[in-house]
Amino acid sequence: MDMAGGKSRLTWAVNLSAALLVLLWIIPTVGLLISSFRDRDAISTSGWWTALSASEKNVIERALAPGEAKPEGDLWVIEGQVLEGQGVTVTAFGITSKEPVAFTPGDTATHARGHKITVQSDGRYRIEYAEEPSGSRGQRLFVRAETPPGFTLDNYREVLFAEGMGRSLLNTLTVTIPATIIPVLVAAFAAYALAWMEMPGRALLVAAVVGLLVVPLQVAFIPLLKLHIGIGLGKGYLGIWLAHTGFGLPLAVFLLRNYMVGLPGEIIESARVDGATDFQIFRRIILPLSFPALASFAIFQFLWVWNDLLVAKVFLGTGEDQVVMTGRIVDLLGSRGGDWEILAASAFVSIAVPIFVFFSLQRYLVRGLLAGSVKGG
Amino acid sequence: MQQALFALSTIIIGVFGCVAYFYFSNLLLDRMCPAKGPNAGRNINRANAIRPWLFVFPALAILSIYLLYPVFSTAYLSLHDSGGDFIGVGNYTWLAQDEKFRESLVNNLMWLLVVPAASTFFGLVAAGLTDRIKWGQLAQSLVFMPMAISFVGAAVIWKFIYDYRGDNQGEQIGLLNALVQAFGGDPQAWITLPFWNNFFLMAILIWIQTGFAMVILSAALKGISEETIEAAYLDGASPLQVFFKIKIPQIWGTIAVVWTTITVTVLKVFDIVFAMTNGQWGTQVLANLMYDWMFRGSPDFGRGSAIVVVIMLLVTPVMVWNIYNAHKESR
Repeated sequence: MDMAGGKSRLTWAVNLSAALLVLLWIIPTVGLLISSFRDRDAISTSGWWTALSASEKNVIERALAPGEAKPEGDLWVIEGQVLEGQGVTVTAFGITSKEPVAFTPGDTATHARGHKITVQSDGRYRIEYAEEPSGSRGQRLFVRAETPPGFTLDNYREVLFAEGMGRSLLNTLTVTIPATIIPVLVAAFAAYALAWMEMPGRALLVAAVVGLLVVPLQVAFIPLLKLHIGIGLGKGYLGIWLAHTGFGLPLAVFLLRNYMVGLPGEIIESARVDGATDFQIFRRIILPLSFPALASFAIFQFLWVWNDLLVAKVFLGTGEDQVVMTGRIVDLLGSRGGDWEILAASAFVSIAVPIFVFFSLQRYLVRGLLAGSVKGG
Repeated sequence: MQQALFALSTIIIGVFGCVAYFYFSNLLLDRMCPAKGPNAGRNINRANAIRPWLFVFPALAILSIYLLYPVFSTAYLSLHDSGGDFIGVGNYTWLAQDEKFRESLVNNLMWLLVVPAASTFFGLVAAGLTDRIKWGQLAQSLVFMPMAISFVGAAVIWKFIYDYRGDNQGEQIGLLNALVQAFGGDPQAWITLPFWNNFFLMAILIWIQTGFAMVILSAALKGISEETIEAAYLDGASPLQVFFKIKIPQIWGTIAVVWTTITVTVLKVFDIVFAMTNGQWGTQVLANLMYDWMFRGSPDFGRGSAIVVVIMLLVTPVMVWNIYNAHKESR
């Protein structure tokens, strides 16, 4: 066997397995994305993978009332249209609930009372009575129709404007932005002091921060909830910002200090000699130089806070003005588990932002994750 | 519009309050200890002694209140009943006999055995494969993507996979059941299937964590020296042999870090179980059980705290080991 042949076969195998793996990993998300653009009936009657082929649905409609029948020759006739304006194709119809699909379009069904019913494939129907009929209840028509594949933005419209997801999006932003910026700021100052400023007990403080990395955040819920209520802070945004700041700080300080310690000391020393204060050094030298570390922590913290459910459930109230997206989706899962179109669109709204952040800032995220691997939360 | 304004103003107040603290506290210190005038030398020394504490104060204050105090408070609460009376280890003896707690513990252990192993394994496979192909970067991005998705979002995504329709409810719209049917099997209600439903929940976390494992292991694989690999090829080793006998032994340290990191995540898994089953049908886990005791109709903070202490005891050794290793790696 020649080496080249074996090698190319191996390359094929590797490419193929990688493709298979990637496919396996993205299919769930693709399913959600496709589902979120399908209408309610389509989602609940067929799998998302059939979205590109026509879907079938069964409907019951009433024909016009017999009283509306018009004479035509020696017959009385009602003509009309089922599923008007939906662009569907009728594939079968029936006139009793026992046999809803007994006839093919164009056939004539004869009712027990004697009148004859025909439904065409385009949905037009014609009912012929031998004598003048009366009454206001129209004949029931059972129709199986095929809907051409179609995608709609209605789910998103409904979710954002009618289901309160728009409000929750705002709430999530209100939680996430300060809960990302505040720990970055607080940690950056502390990290600089712990890395470059002379202070007694510095090593001890660094050790304590690292030690706090191990504390699981579940520990904090009961005491802090009691504390917040005790000091009148209650459940609200200030409380959750502080909580997220607290839970993110050990990692932030740990990460930023490690990075800042590695910055060249000569620059800082020469700035000091030139008479710069620590505040100036921090603002003009340390912050710009630490940008990669700040960015990776900020992204990590952003994703973490945005995706969080537990902390929000504990520290925020249940009112309209405080329910975040993850919380609302969980509520939907419980109360409206059958409303797939609402669920799918809601979920996609909530994951769109992190996915965008992920793809645009992936470079920094990797570093954040590496360091985030020691996050206590 | 009004909502947006409210959100914007709260954001501005929160962030600016924080910036203002650092700015004005520094300004105040400069004013009180000016670096000129008769006492310039003493003032500079004094300011230098105080300024570090201005810088670290907010961090220390928040850490003390939000992490340090709760550790002690939780330990204290776990020795008291729901009414606040001291009952010693009463909550722990209750835990030892509680059916649901045992179920949670067993489930957590199962998660612990399966999820880190599977995620690390798939991550290693993905890293090994994507390292050798031209579109590896793209492939990694796609496998890594679930990491950005919330556990709740993931729960909804997987609901579309595990969905089950009973006999007269029409076509199966869950992917898994459709596949099972296509291969001639009978559709199942996966989420309520006793015992096995745990594994279907685990699959979600594995799906999320594999990307993490892959990215970190891939970085480690790239760091292996070319010489050892070339030497192995020259000696006639096959690519598979090189992968298992040359590459993997060199990244054991990283594999261990990935493994333990996922272990910590698993010990605290909450959202997935909460969103998919809320602990019904034998899928309860510790974090959800604790949440349950904390927010049920009549909350029992004592029992909740006792469960937290158990979680903390389980997590701490793994974390200590993990930090130690991460620290060693970063050197």
